[in-house]
Amino acid sequence: MNGALAIAKREFRSFFTSPIAYIVLGGFLLLSGWLYFSTLFLAGQASLRGFFGVAPVLFVVLVPAITMRAVAEERKSGTLELLLTFPMDDWQITLGKFLAALGMVAVALACTLPYAFTVAALTGPGPAFDWGPVFAGYFGLVLLASAFIALGLWGSALSKNQIVGFIVGIVLCFAFYFVDKFAPLLPDSLAGVFEFLSVDYHFENIARGVLDTRDLVFYLSLTAAGLVLTARQIQATRL
Amino acid sequence: MPSSMIRIEALTKSYGPTQAVKGVSFEVPKGQVVGFLGPNGAGKSTTMRILAGSINPTSGKAFVGDIDVTANPVAARKLIGYLPENNPLYDEMMVVEYLRFIADVRDVPKDLRVARIKSAVERCGLTQVVSKDISQLSRGYRQRVGLAAAILHEPDLLILDEPTAGLDPNQIVEIRNLIKELGREKTVILSTHILSEVQSTCSRVLIINEGRLVADDTPERLTTSANEGGNTLHVVVGHRLGQPMDAQAIRTSLSALAGVSAVEVAGDEGTGTLGFTVRYGTDDVRRVLFDTVVKNDLVILELKRTQVSLEDTFRKLTDTRRAA
Repeated sequence: MNGALAIAKREFRSFFTSPIAYIVLGGFLLLSGWLYFSTLFLAGQASLRGFFGVAPVLFVVLVPAITMRAVAEERKSGTLELLLTFPMDDWQITLGKFLAALGMVAVALACTLPYAFTVAALTGPGPAFDWGPVFAGYFGLVLLASAFIALGLWGSALSKNQIVGFIVGIVLCFAFYFVDKFAPLLPDSLAGVFEFLSVDYHFENIARGVLDTRDLVFYLSLTAAGLVLTARQIQATRL
Repeated sequence: MPSSMIRIEALTKSYGPTQAVKGVSFEVPKGQVVGFLGPNGAGKSTTMRILAGSINPTSGKAFVGDIDVTANPVAARKLIGYLPENNPLYDEMMVVEYLRFIADVRDVPKDLRVARIKSAVERCGLTQVVSKDISQLSRGYRQRVGLAAAILHEPDLLILDEPTAGLDPNQIVEIRNLIKELGREKTVILSTHILSEVQSTCSRVLIINEGRLVADDTPERLTTSANEGGNTLHVVVGHRLGQPMDAQAIRTSLSALAGVSAVEVAGDEGTGTLGFTVRYGTDDVRRVLFDTVVKNDLVILELKRTQVSLEDTFRKLTDTRRAA
């Protein structure tokens, strides 16, 4: 575990030495803020529902942008060989990368907390601002981001080209986001399957404040699957 | 205490259809400094990578300090300090940051960390650059950072893959001295193309060619075994009075000398000088050669004994085109 933490620490710091982190963070805040506040006053409702509506689709791009370098860059610069000779099991490398990316997503989400405070302050007299859905929404976003990170890491582990990692990551994340969007057109039995595969469907459940094990199990399995694939891809370097 | 630091048994490694290492076996006792020689693509790096634990062998076994590197990789890697070929580093980090990261990853105990980093920095002469970004460093300094990272956890075994590649002559001497110093207390295996490096730093040479071990001896013995083929003198003569000379006549008179096995005309520069390459056995022929030259009204302008070096042994053992 120490090894994973050491790798995560180094990786997290390295985000901030390259301009990518700032571009990605800035882009995310700008887009989410603009899309959210432009509808907030039209809807006239003091909730973060608008933000939680756009955040998943923004994560489809944001998360692969964070993870694209993770393994590809190590492969390209040759430092992956160093990692492979450190005294730790291979899963620690993957876990370290995952934790670093999760930390970065946490930073992005922390930067959106002012939205919540702003809206809470704007709430008119009468019933107090409801923090419940806000906590649920952020919790759901962290789960959703975990699944996206795991998928993005696998994309990054495929080759030494970070653009390949970015595109594979976006395609996978988008597929899992989009899969239920045409469900209404399908027969009910099929629609259920597609809905279950959709990260957005499970996110909406959680964001409503309903914490169902099925949603948790879905996110955790998707995350685990991505991480196992990533670890295997890294391990294949040894062959 | 393990009897040997490295033990390799019938090691093979295939990349798809190509076999990079074809059954290499050797043993290195504790405290030895071993040079690993071979042309590019001979399997040096592959063997070292298997030892260091970054790739798995296709078959065969490798032990570091009696620990099987494939069965118990984490324990084996703890004993090793590794400098990979091309010395990959995290360019965006400061030297001291990088060393702290290595200390974290290597699980150096908290109370020893500062002291270990300080001692690695001092031994590798990095004091001046600790707070510089690695990307700003010269190749020589980069190599020292790689070495400092390799020795930080005080490993028993150092695996250095071409530690002097791409350095200028001054840097080579510095790194070589550093390796010599490290070799006093650790087992070192280093690969190189530079044969003089092996002669000056290693007590044993392993030569590998096309995935097979072709020689395993001390540098001195490898040199003398090559010498049995004979010694070579390079002579340049001119006429005492500047008159024209007959190259063939001189060649014949030199060939007639006792002990000389062959004479070739090495060069006629047309400026009143003639060069000859004289091969001879074990007896020193320089004195009789001088006398003969003087008797023929010639003067010696140059007389050079070409030492048969490790280089010749190396070429003899690894030049497959000539052997075929």
